[in-house]
Amino acid sequence: MMVHTPDMVLHNGTTQTTERIVNPDSEYLKELPNHLRTYEQALSYYPNQVYIGNKTPDDLTALPQPWYDKECDCAARYGKFGQIMPQEEFILLMQVCDVFDLVKLDKNFVAQHKGSLASNEIIDEGILSRVKDGIAPEEVARLVNEDHAEPLYHNNELVGCAARAHDIDVNLSAHVMHENIVSKASSVLALLHVVKSAGIQKEDVEYVIDCAEEACGDMNQRGGGNFAKSTAEIAGFVNATGSDTRSFCAGPAHAIVEAASLVAAGAYKTVVVTAGGCTAKLGMNGKDHVKKGLPILEDMIAGFSVVITQDNGTDPAINLGILGRHTVGTGSAPQAVISSLVTDPLDRAGLKVTDIGKFSPEMQNPDITKPAGAGDVPLSNYKMIAALAVKRGDIEKADLAKFTVEHGLTGWAPTQGHIPSGVPYLGFAREDILSGKISRAMIIGKGSLFLGRMTNLFDGVSFVVEANGGTEPEAAGVSEEEVKGMIAKAMKEFAATLLAQAE
Amino acid sequence: MDLENQKRVKEFTEQYGAENIVVLLGAAEGEASGLAAETVTNGDPTYAGPLTGVSLGLKVFHVCEPEVKEEFDPNIYEDQVSMMEMVLDVDDIVSEMTSIREQYCKF
Repeated sequence: MMVHTPDMVLHNGTTQTTERIVNPDSEYLKELPNHLRTYEQALSYYPNQVYIGNKTPDDLTALPQPWYDKECDCAARYGKFGQIMPQEEFILLMQVCDVFDLVKLDKNFVAQHKGSLASNEIIDEGILSRVKDGIAPEEVARLVNEDHAEPLYHNNELVGCAARAHDIDVNLSAHVMHENIVSKASSVLALLHVVKSAGIQKEDVEYVIDCAEEACGDMNQRGGGNFAKSTAEIAGFVNATGSDTRSFCAGPAHAIVEAASLVAAGAYKTVVVTAGGCTAKLGMNGKDHVKKGLPILEDMIAGFSVVITQDNGTDPAINLGILGRHTVGTGSAPQAVISSLVTDPLDRAGLKVTDIGKFSPEMQNPDITKPAGAGDVPLSNYKMIAALAVKRGDIEKADLAKFTVEHGLTGWAPTQGHIPSGVPYLGFAREDILSGKISRAMIIGKGSLFLGRMTNLFDGVSFVVEANGGTEPEAAGVSEEEVKGMIAKAMKEFAATLLAQAE
Repeated sequence: MDLENQKRVKEFTEQYGAENIVVLLGAAEGEASGLAAETVTNGDPTYAGPLTGVSLGLKVFHVCEPEVKEEFDPNIYEDQVSMMEMVLDVDDIVSEMTSIREQYCKF
């Protein structure tokens, strides 16, 4: 799911909040509001329509870049992978997700927009019953002006605020509470969508893993958690518990490996991996976009959820035997990183690079990153994977460019850190594998741990999703005949090896 | 070049002397390499970091330049850099780096 949040770009993106402190009269801040997109423009932006599943990565590949000046022929707000929510509904959802009475909304704003939240097709009675009436606009203004509350704007008007949760604890400041509640609310929206699209009941979910990049806690336990359980509560997953997994942008890939392992071990039958979006990264590359006359493309909060459950005999499966891991000893040279994540696990499984139909590394939208001087991130990754494939003799050097097209994807995900990190392809990967277009996809998550100043190490993890071998669901063990057959086959193979050696 | 790295380059230069410092870059393309090289020679062209207006004139190379490659044990280079060498536009990087060194390098 995505949310279009233009006012949060202005007031909560760190590029803008930093500029306001360092250079309050800057041309950039004056020019910025003229570059914000309307909700309709955000809907008709091709990469956003890919994110919610109305368009495919292949559609994007076929479309000449740049995309910001092209109007998508589909501008639907709902898609098979979620929706693009407008800011006003999201502010109400933030109030719903706050259980400590910190999000205070202007009662007129609530009255004006409650109807549209109610008509949102994913919002149920459980969510709606949590909407509070709101307070007088004067009281909102007082909290902002006199009590350090973080203002909430819609169309440049003050419509509410997130109050601080403690007088002196910076971990519970209004700023942090705002950031965390945005993460929580967007994750909740993703959870509501994922149970619907996966066709499961909320009660089926036994465990939730949150893999966003925020931390919640107080001064005695800064990152104590637990986003996962707090989102499961609002989403109505009454049978679930959960916990948070963190590793910067590599978080989602770690979380999915953990979820698949928990299910494979039989600890939980159904696990949901989820993450909300990040206000700090809104308008992160805004200076470059404004300078080059582009709209602010980083105006979307994004989130995702993935359901991982027991083998049903048809859906693609995560092969826990082919995991890539960047270890402490791997080092940080790009070659070492890509080898550890891509070729080492394939070697262990006896596979070639070309045995993977599609690779999904960091799927950042190049429309956003190229004007900011960061290049086409997915393409750079594909070139590195292709170069390794050449070194191993899996492909010819002349086929390097062809490899990036055949085994690569064009990026469409917003630059929200953990959001683009491999996982946005999972929905399409499921379809591509079920349709027989590919038989395996490799998802690669990479994370910049040094940003936390605890280690200079890099991080990365990869896993392979593959076509289902057709195992019977809930197979009640293996029959005696099958065991005999397997032993006979193994002995035959052993005998053949001995004979071959003797020759 | 990020501000923390500019600070470190400046501190090392003060500690060891500019003539004893070689800056080795690993940037992914010519323009970024050129900007980083300019920062440690002529000063920060973005006017944002500690090297703004500070012309250190340091020796600066990209790891894919031939004179740097020669310094390496070939096996280690093969293991750690050859993949990126295949991916990067090395000619563009070499031309950017040479141009910056010719203009601003003092050693």
